[in-house]
Amino acid sequence: MGLTRADVEKIANLARLRITADEANAFAGQLANVLTYVETLNEIDTDGVEPLAHPIEQVNVLADDVAQESFPRETMLRNAPKRDEEYYRVPPVLGDD
Amino acid sequence: MDFTELSAVEMLAMLQQGEYTSREITEFFLDSIRHQDQNIGAFVRIRADEALAQADAVDKTRKSGTANGLLSGLPIAIKDVLCMEEGVTSCGSRMLMNYHAPYDATVVDRLKRAGAVILGQTNMDEFAMGCSTENSAIQLTRNPWNRNHIPGGSSGGAAACVAASMSPLSIGSDTGGSIRQPASHCGVVGLKPTYGRVSRFGLIAFGSSLDCVGPLARNVEDVAILLSAIAGHDSRDATSITTKVPDYLGECRKSLGELRLGVVQEHFGDGLDPEVRTRVEQAIDQFKSLGATVTPVRLPHTRYAIAAYYIIASSEASSNLARFDGAHFGFRAEEMSDADRQSLDSMYLDTRQQGFGPEVKRRIMLGTYALSAGYYDAYYLKALRTRRLIADDFSKAFENVDLLIGPVSPTPAFAIGDKVDDPLSMYLSDSYTVGANLAGIPAISLPCGLSSNGLPIGVQLQGPALSEPLLLKAGREFQAITDWHTATP
Repeated sequence: MGLTRADVEKIANLARLRITADEANAFAGQLANVLTYVETLNEIDTDGVEPLAHPIEQVNVLADDVAQESFPRETMLRNAPKRDEEYYRVPPVLGDD
Repeated sequence: MDFTELSAVEMLAMLQQGEYTSREITEFFLDSIRHQDQNIGAFVRIRADEALAQADAVDKTRKSGTANGLLSGLPIAIKDVLCMEEGVTSCGSRMLMNYHAPYDATVVDRLKRAGAVILGQTNMDEFAMGCSTENSAIQLTRNPWNRNHIPGGSSGGAAACVAASMSPLSIGSDTGGSIRQPASHCGVVGLKPTYGRVSRFGLIAFGSSLDCVGPLARNVEDVAILLSAIAGHDSRDATSITTKVPDYLGECRKSLGELRLGVVQEHFGDGLDPEVRTRVEQAIDQFKSLGATVTPVRLPHTRYAIAAYYIIASSEASSNLARFDGAHFGFRAEEMSDADRQSLDSMYLDTRQQGFGPEVKRRIMLGTYALSAGYYDAYYLKALRTRRLIADDFSKAFENVDLLIGPVSPTPAFAIGDKVDDPLSMYLSDSYTVGANLAGIPAISLPCGLSSNGLPIGVQLQGPALSEPLLLKAGREFQAITDWHTATP
């Protein structure tokens, strides 16, 4: 499986990872190696095999709908990288235009 | 008193008889940490004051006759992957270097209620991704048996602190072998429980369908009592099992009876170090001497386990780690210094660029690719179908044998720096352990010898879901006729 630098840059953007040109080149090689290895899975006939997403195939776990105390606002905001009183502060969501 | 010569269960008896106090034991291990950890690097945070306060509190309840916790007064180390309400929980990552968890993980909460005294938090690969602890953003951890070698990972600190007698008990987490492999490399016992047996609430997620919290210690009995303290249903974890928790210590002391062992043929092929093979074969002979019948068993899809595992674990990781965006908690990159206002998107990009290390980025990229449009069926779904075949292999094997036996890791601990630039070869060292995570079954790593250059080797037993009592019983009998677990670096 070949991966170009452009492929790597596209994946990085999907994952919201900024990567340098050097990283893109290194990742292209390393990920291509891993993907080539992963393609050994194509040797197996999995037609008709149900995917197993989880080791315990549970049905829905239900709980009574009872209100519980939530964490105090201050406890949660203590971890805010940037805050404005009782709000989380982030850069503008919409563009300048 | 040198408490390193005692098992945790023995210390507990002495505490109960009033021969020693928890303060004395706790001070002993804190001293051991102070003297040794500068050379090992097992702990990322030591909680000396809090530990002594906890020990005093337990001693007080002991005096008044109300100390009824399963682990009352015993020191323990916690892997830095479990949320702790006091202080920082960092998961080995720059991303969480200043993170104050708002709550204790269920396991931490249960340990506190059981009277365990928390000595500190142990080092790990960043977000538990790795098998050498070299991916920690905080520090290197060295193998106590040879400080030029890795301790294994990702629970490297958890295993090293037990091996170096800095804590009698330790908690790790295992997504693809992260308890068993470091236990094997450090010469201690490590148990990966059945998926869902121990709550994941407050465990910082890596691969949610694979992650398990479990115990490490020198003796199987200590692992058993620790498992009893942490296991059980938790309504805050929807994948938690409701089956009643047995008294694992009592169970493991029962006689083993007839044991049918299956030797996993695929785990003795190319890539297995000859010394590891010899030691594991010797362990199989020792089980025979205990009366076990031994037959060869095949797990035909074993050679595909690593490929399936890395696609599934990385896919789940890419989704789980999307939460680290710099908005609500954890690290946020400094705003750009030029006059341009930073955009929300560049905050995400910069934060994740600077907050994650290379291995975490690699896995996020691999997972993102496997889940992306056009590749989902070819990679992710293919891996899930393979996972079913791997789980079926185990089910079929357990129709004829009680437990499976084989090596934990293909080689003893490699030298620090040896595999840093070769991710694939690092991944392949998990070849014998990932199967249990894909199938959700329990497995234990037991010390079974030393290599010619003095590095520990482990043997792995795997059993069907909820077979922990049998695994512990077999492990206890094995330790009754071997003394590898009493060897120290």
